[in-house]
Amino acid sequence: MKARTLRGCVAIAGVGETAYYKHGQSPEPEFKLALRAILNACADAGIDPRQIDGFASYSNDRNDPSRLAAALGLPELRFSNMQWGGGGGGGSAAVGNASAAIAAGTADCVVVFRALAQGQFQRFGAAPPATAVSGEAALTFPYGLISPAQRFAMRVMRFLHDHRIGPGAQRAIAMASYHHAQANPRAVMHGRPLTEEAYDASRWIVEPFRLYDCCLENDGAAALILVSAERARDMRQKPAVILGVAQGSEHRNGARSHNAPLYASASFTTVAPRLYEMSDLGPADVDVVQSYENFTGGVLMSLVEHGFFAPEEADEFLTLDNLVAPGGRLPLNTSGGNLAECYMHGLELQIEAVRQLRGQSTSQVPGARVAMVISGPMVTPVSSLVLGGEETM
Amino acid sequence: MASSHHLPAGLPAPVAEPDGLDAPYWEGTREGLLRVQRCRACASWQWGPEWICHRCLSFDVGWERVEPRGRIYSWERAWHPVHPALRGHPPYIVALVELPQAGGIRMIGNLLGDPRQDVRIGAAVEAVFEPHDDGRPPFTLVHWKPVDRAG
Repeated sequence: MKARTLRGCVAIAGVGETAYYKHGQSPEPEFKLALRAILNACADAGIDPRQIDGFASYSNDRNDPSRLAAALGLPELRFSNMQWGGGGGGGSAAVGNASAAIAAGTADCVVVFRALAQGQFQRFGAAPPATAVSGEAALTFPYGLISPAQRFAMRVMRFLHDHRIGPGAQRAIAMASYHHAQANPRAVMHGRPLTEEAYDASRWIVEPFRLYDCCLENDGAAALILVSAERARDMRQKPAVILGVAQGSEHRNGARSHNAPLYASASFTTVAPRLYEMSDLGPADVDVVQSYENFTGGVLMSLVEHGFFAPEEADEFLTLDNLVAPGGRLPLNTSGGNLAECYMHGLELQIEAVRQLRGQSTSQVPGARVAMVISGPMVTPVSSLVLGGEETM
Repeated sequence: MASSHHLPAGLPAPVAEPDGLDAPYWEGTREGLLRVQRCRACASWQWGPEWICHRCLSFDVGWERVEPRGRIYSWERAWHPVHPALRGHPPYIVALVELPQAGGIRMIGNLLGDPRQDVRIGAAVEAVFEPHDDGRPPFTLVHWKPVDRAG
């Protein structure tokens, strides 16, 4: 058997997105948005869409690969894959699943996509219209513990308590996203800068999260084109090669009623070491990070679990200066991310990582060679990946 | 009637799972008893309910009454009304309570008292049963209140 790794096997050769809208404001239905993002990614890669032979997505995306394949007139569908789990936890995993198919020879050109039109469907941040609930929800909803923010606040509260971390850490993460969005014309919050004063004065959603600690809710779609690294070399764009990818969560993370043994966690304590093992890299090798912000406290824990700093260093490390391109110690969420570019369930973070490696970001980190994407903190399974330019091979 | 319930009427009501997994818990709360899972084979405590013991993989998972007290493991104060029933309602506190006498399992409920109170992780609490006799079917929630140390 050959060495079991995805390192260097597959590359992202194209990226595409629709315009990004506030939730409920897309003029087009979700399926049409998905089609547009896929065609835009094909155009970016310089390929005929009829070369696509597989689809991978996550978080129960509603846009079924068989309908997409029929709509796009694909000659053949070879790979259809849905990563289990909610939220953005599957963003990097979907790229990993697509990569595994390409590396194994079961598909040649796979689209990873996500499309959301929350006006057409249910919003994430509002309670679903149920009058009775059972199972895990029966143990939480009747107590007013319903929304994602409410589901994760107690994990972060415990982490902040355990490590005596102050409110400035979460604020710096929010400020970095808004700072980068001001340079990005695609960003929903472009032209809407955030000051420390405005953050501090913003209302509580659920302590310890203020309004600006919480992601947006948006409409739009985004897509990536994955092919073998060898094939990507001869294509239009500079390839973003997958150096490592990992998914999962710790022991009994999914134990019901908030009974995960390691509770104050973003769920990456086993995933991150596997990511570094496959990529043969460490935190010091990473030039730029896109870390999924459902809530800023989740980013804080994600960065700790990926080894960028110890929990006790959080207050010192997490300052706006340290987190912004071009010169910060660890430029973070350089497109504006889920907080200020668009909540495209983190697929916009994958696109931004690719743009950084191509030198196409609106907040470019000079000479960025290694880019990390961290997907979906505090859910299970989570996932993360490392991309590199060909020079990193 | 509304005044006897900590949160306003209209939030989703709990019903036991149709497959019977958590029925002993919900039946216990109606009698003012806190029952959680305990493996008959290896004596491990388990919460939330599952069909198998996560430690020894026995299917012989029983239910045991536990003393309704614990300590606050984590908490949150919710301000934004995510459900129509909560509009105009003051903030409320959700507590995650650890039960050291039951293997450190954790249970969720509202923390009673002033919704703006200072909450301390590690503080001792005891359960307060809140019957909803008008529920269809009737149910009982389990809240928590700080134990008055001085008292």
